[in-house]
Amino acid sequence: MERHYRLTRRFMPGNRMNRRQRSAVTAVLIAVLLAAVSIGAALLGQGGLNTHLDMRNLPPSAMHPFGTDWLGRDMFTRTVKGLALSVRVGLAAACFSAAIAAAVGLASAALGKTADRLLSWLIDLFLSVPHLVSLILIAFVCGGGMKGVIAGVALTHWPSLARIIRAEALQLRAADYAHVSRRLGKSRWWVATRHFMPHIAPQLLVGLLMLFPHAILHEAAISFIGLGLSPHEPSIGIILSEAMRYLSAGLWWLAVFPGLALLVVVRSFDRLGEHVRCLTDPRHARE
Amino acid sequence: MLRNLCAFAGWKAIRLVLLLAAVSVISFMLIEWSPIDPVQAYIGADMLRVGPEQREAIAAYWGLDRPPAERFFKWAAALLQGDMGTSMIYRQPVSQVIAERFAASALLMAAAWLLSGLVGFAAGVIAAARRGRLIDRAVQWICYTLASTPPFWLGLLLLMTFAVWLGWFPVGLSVPAGVLADQVTLADRIRHMALPALTLSVAGIAPVALHTRQKLIDVLSSDYVLFAKARGEKGAGLLLRHGLRNIAIPAVTLQFASFSELFGGAVLAEQVFSYPGLGQATVEAGLRGDVPLLLGLVLCSAVFVFAGNTMADLIGRMIDPRIREGKVL
Repeated sequence: MERHYRLTRRFMPGNRMNRRQRSAVTAVLIAVLLAAVSIGAALLGQGGLNTHLDMRNLPPSAMHPFGTDWLGRDMFTRTVKGLALSVRVGLAAACFSAAIAAAVGLASAALGKTADRLLSWLIDLFLSVPHLVSLILIAFVCGGGMKGVIAGVALTHWPSLARIIRAEALQLRAADYAHVSRRLGKSRWWVATRHFMPHIAPQLLVGLLMLFPHAILHEAAISFIGLGLSPHEPSIGIILSEAMRYLSAGLWWLAVFPGLALLVVVRSFDRLGEHVRCLTDPRHARE
Repeated sequence: MLRNLCAFAGWKAIRLVLLLAAVSVISFMLIEWSPIDPVQAYIGADMLRVGPEQREAIAAYWGLDRPPAERFFKWAAALLQGDMGTSMIYRQPVSQVIAERFAASALLMAAAWLLSGLVGFAAGVIAAARRGRLIDRAVQWICYTLASTPPFWLGLLLLMTFAVWLGWFPVGLSVPAGVLADQVTLADRIRHMALPALTLSVAGIAPVALHTRQKLIDVLSSDYVLFAKARGEKGAGLLLRHGLRNIAIPAVTLQFASFSELFGGAVLAEQVFSYPGLGQATVEAGLRGDVPLLLGLVLCSAVFVFAGNTMADLIGRMIDPRIREGKVL
């Protein structure tokens, strides 16, 4: 890191960015990339999705960078549209999940010891069954489809974030101003929203960003299994499970590129979360 | 010591009973709320030939006309006697299906678990020992990338490369097709298990490697390591004496506590390689609406995760006297 920094200083004397600024720039660039995927999917149009039976199973070329599938559809168009769908579903699920986590975390700090014990037990309970198994159960109960996926991912991912928020809010409860507020007759709700909420907001934002990668991966997994989105809504999971049938025929590009694209998007979300965490963390502010 | 251990076991047993009770109540309620009509699911494709009277007869036969609370207690009472019902897709008792498949899955998961633990631990130690160098950055980069990789896609890539393209390993199943059960050799089983186990273990490397790296860095920057260096210790001896002893316990604990991810990964790996284990049974039960099997598997996976966490606690207590005496670390 140090060496890299000196090199940039030497070769770009006008560039006086410190680590935080570079972090901010990287975060913005990643956000732009992710926005470009979503907007690009809308701009691409339906042209690439038409079936061209004379252009079936073409390997990657300049015209079709990701090749074409067994119906002659352009895999690049399918991949970008699938990614956008995966990102949308992941976004919705992560938002719901963060909302549950915030509610549970705040409630267990604000409502007193009994509620705290009960909610902690609830958190442990949700962590006691593997995510994917409870996801399958919830998706099955909802009868599959987008609703089931969003509900399943949202209901399985909140406990770890709720734990973090609970710990943070418990610290705040011990603070003097929280005690004083209660003694002055403010309600628990008032203390939770006015005193706890502003403090945990950055944590919540980072937690939300860190939930995205997991939410997207689990959405893809449950769709891949066949319990998620229907084949009419081709997210990456669906594309990959369809590609599996053509693997033995040697159509490697059907699986490689969509999966790689998903990996890049998930990794970008992960980096974005990491950079935002550094930016909001006061311990990094001195640099 | 013995009394302590008994208290620990008793406490754990109470927790397990509470956990299973809660999981079964919640799962039962979820299934109850679902828009899926059990009679419809039972009839399946014959719906045109079944009239309303017959539907009522089926509902009465299975006790579906009773209130939910009564049905729950009937189900729970049967469960306590070890009867988990009959799987609709396999036409066998659920406990038998789970027992058969657990044997196959346990082998797969144990192999993957050991492999990921060893490789992850070694990678973490190397990265921390060479902190800031190229190899450290490479290990970190690879770990973060692996953590973002969809495990089933990794399985597809391995399948494509080693089974379809190079032909080194079979494409799926746990034993060769068309061979009698008593003629299947151990080598056959290992060959069929290799790719799913590899997929599953690669997915588990990242957490243990990153955790080990961080712990070892913390240890290496501590005062006693500084003092050891001042006394003239260096290299592998220093690492072995002061580093590895301190980081071994958290790594083992973490690996035992990762049973939940292991089970989830097994679902995907088994699905890609058509490996007949618990994971594949879970997917089949979900896809084809086999409620008794699904409920049985949910409970089974909860017990599995609980066993992992308990072992993590137990090993921590056995090795580390500070945890045993109830001191907070």
